[in-house]
Amino acid sequence: MNWLRKHLVLILGLLVLVYTFIPIFVVVLMSFNDPASRLIYRFDGFTLHNWLNPCEDPAMCSALGRSVEIGLLATAGSTILGTLAAFALVRHDFRGRSTANLLIFLPMAAPEIVMGSSLLALFVGAGFAGQLGFWTILIAHIMFCLSFVVVTVRSRLAGMDDNLEQAAMDLYATPRQTFWKVTFPLVFPGILGAALLSFSLSFDDFIVTNLNAGQTTTFPMYVWGVAQRGVPMQVNVVGTMMFVISIVIVVGGELNSRRRARALA
Amino acid sequence: MASAAGTAPLADVDMSTVSGRKRGKTGYLLLLPAAIWLGVFFVIPFYSLVATSLFDPSGSDSRGYDMTYHVANYWHVFQDYRGPLLRSLWYGAIATAFCLVLGYVLAYAIAFKAGRWKNLMLVLVIAPFFTSFLVRTLSWKLILADDGFVVNTLQAVHVLGSDGRLLATPVAVVAGLTYNFLPFMVLPLFASIDKIDHRLIEAASDLYANPIKGFFKVTWPLSLPGVVSGTLLTFIPAAGDYINAQLLGSPNQRMVGSVIQSLFTDANNYPAAGALSMILMIIIVAMVLVYVRRAGTEELL
Amino acid sequence: MSQVAEDTSSGADALADPSSYDGLALRQLTKHFGAFHAVRDLDLDVPRGSFFALLGPSGCGKTTTLRMVAGLETPSSGSITLAGNDITYAKPYQRPVNTVFQSYALFPHLDIYENVAFGLRRRKKSDVDTQVREMLELVELSSQARKKPAQLSGGQQQRVALARALINSPEVLLLDEPLGALDLKLRRSMQIEIKRIQTEVGRTFIHVTHDQEEAMTMADTVAVMNAGIIEQMGAPAELYENPRSTFVANFLGQSNLIEGTVTSRDADLVSVDMHGIPVSVPAGRAHAPGDKGWVGIRPEKVLIGSEGEALDAPGHTIPGGVVSDVSFVGVSTQYLVRMPWGQELQVFSQNTGRTRIFATGDKVELSWRPEYAFLLDAAQDASAGAQRVDTDG
Repeated sequence: MNWLRKHLVLILGLLVLVYTFIPIFVVVLMSFNDPASRLIYRFDGFTLHNWLNPCEDPAMCSALGRSVEIGLLATAGSTILGTLAAFALVRHDFRGRSTANLLIFLPMAAPEIVMGSSLLALFVGAGFAGQLGFWTILIAHIMFCLSFVVVTVRSRLAGMDDNLEQAAMDLYATPRQTFWKVTFPLVFPGILGAALLSFSLSFDDFIVTNLNAGQTTTFPMYVWGVAQRGVPMQVNVVGTMMFVISIVIVVGGELNSRRRARALA
Repeated sequence: MASAAGTAPLADVDMSTVSGRKRGKTGYLLLLPAAIWLGVFFVIPFYSLVATSLFDPSGSDSRGYDMTYHVANYWHVFQDYRGPLLRSLWYGAIATAFCLVLGYVLAYAIAFKAGRWKNLMLVLVIAPFFTSFLVRTLSWKLILADDGFVVNTLQAVHVLGSDGRLLATPVAVVAGLTYNFLPFMVLPLFASIDKIDHRLIEAASDLYANPIKGFFKVTWPLSLPGVVSGTLLTFIPAAGDYINAQLLGSPNQRMVGSVIQSLFTDANNYPAAGALSMILMIIIVAMVLVYVRRAGTEELL
Repeated sequence: MSQVAEDTSSGADALADPSSYDGLALRQLTKHFGAFHAVRDLDLDVPRGSFFALLGPSGCGKTTTLRMVAGLETPSSGSITLAGNDITYAKPYQRPVNTVFQSYALFPHLDIYENVAFGLRRRKKSDVDTQVREMLELVELSSQARKKPAQLSGGQQQRVALARALINSPEVLLLDEPLGALDLKLRRSMQIEIKRIQTEVGRTFIHVTHDQEEAMTMADTVAVMNAGIIEQMGAPAELYENPRSTFVANFLGQSNLIEGTVTSRDADLVSVDMHGIPVSVPAGRAHAPGDKGWVGIRPEKVLIGSEGEALDAPGHTIPGGVVSDVSFVGVSTQYLVRMPWGQELQVFSQNTGRTRIFATGDKVELSWRPEYAFLLDAAQDASAGAQRVDTDG
């Protein structure tokens, strides 16, 4: 009884954590589901069919491909623009820095429906109503990923000891060498993390995308579409794969740094 | 900066600002691409939205819109869709409250009770959310299904009536919202709670405060910045979300987000959609300002 | 070692001609940040191959001066010349000067070997491996070559920082309070270590510190800096025994400063009326231009005895003291003695066993040899440079 009281908070915390995983179990489980009916979402029987024929519905795979394409390009764009901006905000002094900080912050706090609406209003107002699609989606994604990249890289950069760059110059490194040999390697984990974050934000986005997609379909849009008509179980295969890949990346990164640390101990 | 001996100082190695930051044009240049992108695709669209909301509603997609400063749009749309609007704010608030309770427990547990598992637990908090938002929400459809485990149990303990259901009720929608926005609450809370010096709590108990009093007098006030940013980061997207309502609720639980979406896409009623969007945004901004001022903290992130 | 300080005839030593001087010459060096002047018209000659200490309290401008020599700050005006070359505006990576930073600034993503090799690699030197291994041996860290800085202790990191700078054979090695983060015992052993390395390597070391004991232990020459200017410069013993300002008198060790009026001056001696008691100060130790001055005497030079007792060294006898505090410190007993004019004087009496230990309330007489006294300008603040009793070093 006393043990329970002492560890009450921890147990409650773990329960909450378990709660967050329940739907994941369901997703994984359903990926092996052999549905009796397409319309009723229920576990009927076990099968590997879904895993062996992931592209049974070609529309899903094409939507998936679209999402990956947009994700990669949006990641590239937002990571580059965001990293440059982060350097500007941390390392440089100029008028309007606080306004810039505010501007960076706003997209993170704005409701997606409002951001999506206003972008649509812009595109339509500028006469691109008929050309909504891949490029408008990409533009939108880079826009809202930017802020997250800036914040992530900025915190990594700000946490860097600035004596290090001075030490490098003291040791005969030119500004260029200082950047590539000292600054960049130390900021890189932040940039990488920002890129991963960016990709997952882009891949998973629905509301803004839906408003600005025209005829194009991304994976979240596909799922939305089939939710009413009957969901193919392969959707859960994709969900499971996303989860597994993310876990592998995160855990792999953690193990890698631990292994390197231990090898030198 | 005159010098007694020879050549002029070179600007790029001049680190003589007291703050250590470099002065000069490079800062502007580095920031420019991002600033332009946000300027064009975030700031300007805002004006487009304002403009759209003031268009003459008798225009259309194909014929174009006339700008007639038709402020009546706002009033009309508010009357027509007052229900979904208020519902969104209400559901968002309830979901935020639940998130606060659950999130606080989790954040507290990780910050203070996790010891060497801290990093692992943080990863575990975020991990489920690497799956697609929609796919996860569909899972809730299964979990809360009419003859599923949860509903049957609740019926057995008479919390639910014998023909009661969870899906297509507000309960399911709020449950979905709470679930999906939990990390937005946990992470800022954790960041704030983690910074609290544990010795302060020890000092409180040394000064005769029991654990509950100690919590309210020491921990809670010190975690307030995290609470403020967590609640904001949760409420704002939750109020605008309509995925949960659509997948887990019935048309009776229609949220303003889906109204705006359909006004744009199905009804092609751009002025109305714009006006409704603006109303939502104004309400949220007003609430945020009042809230932040009352909470007294200016640091949001 | 002679107890009596040498008679230095002039206040400021003559400065060398920078263009032909083989050491480091700073001329009229000034640095201001907006309205705040960190360094003011600094003139300094650092002899080649010497161990030079720049000593002063925090905020006095010593670190700023060091950074200007390193090239990490640009002077507002003035010049820096090294072995005849003007390096005032040269970039840090163009100067034959290396720095050991206070926070060590070791590159966390590189191992020790690569940290030490960094400077050689940037200058594209061949034979990197041999040199790095030799240097690691010099600082006794050969076995840690492949570890990362985070895995080493504070003392080890300090040695890596030293090795990393030294391996480049700089004309001048700058040390910015490198021992500040170490505990006392480690600090002492590192002081000896660094001094040994400097003697072995024979290069100019400039050591910035606020610890006067450290400066006096390690350096051949010490410059005491205060509020952007150099108060006094010279060998540690000279600075200690013959301070020229109240700041130096109080900053190095402790001093008793007693008001006095100059009654006469001649070639060898200055006579002073100190609260009615006539004392004298050798002319070479008198640095008060006017009629009034502070008579200075170090507490360890003051002898204490009972009233009327014949004191060990005949000198000035100052009667009428009452012991107001006694601290037994093991090696010595430290007294505070209240004098008839109200001032409390400090007396450090070595516990040789031959003299008795006084108690609070005892009536005593003080005495000191005139050749140990010094006279300072009355216009200066008698508490300038004094540090709190509870700081160690």
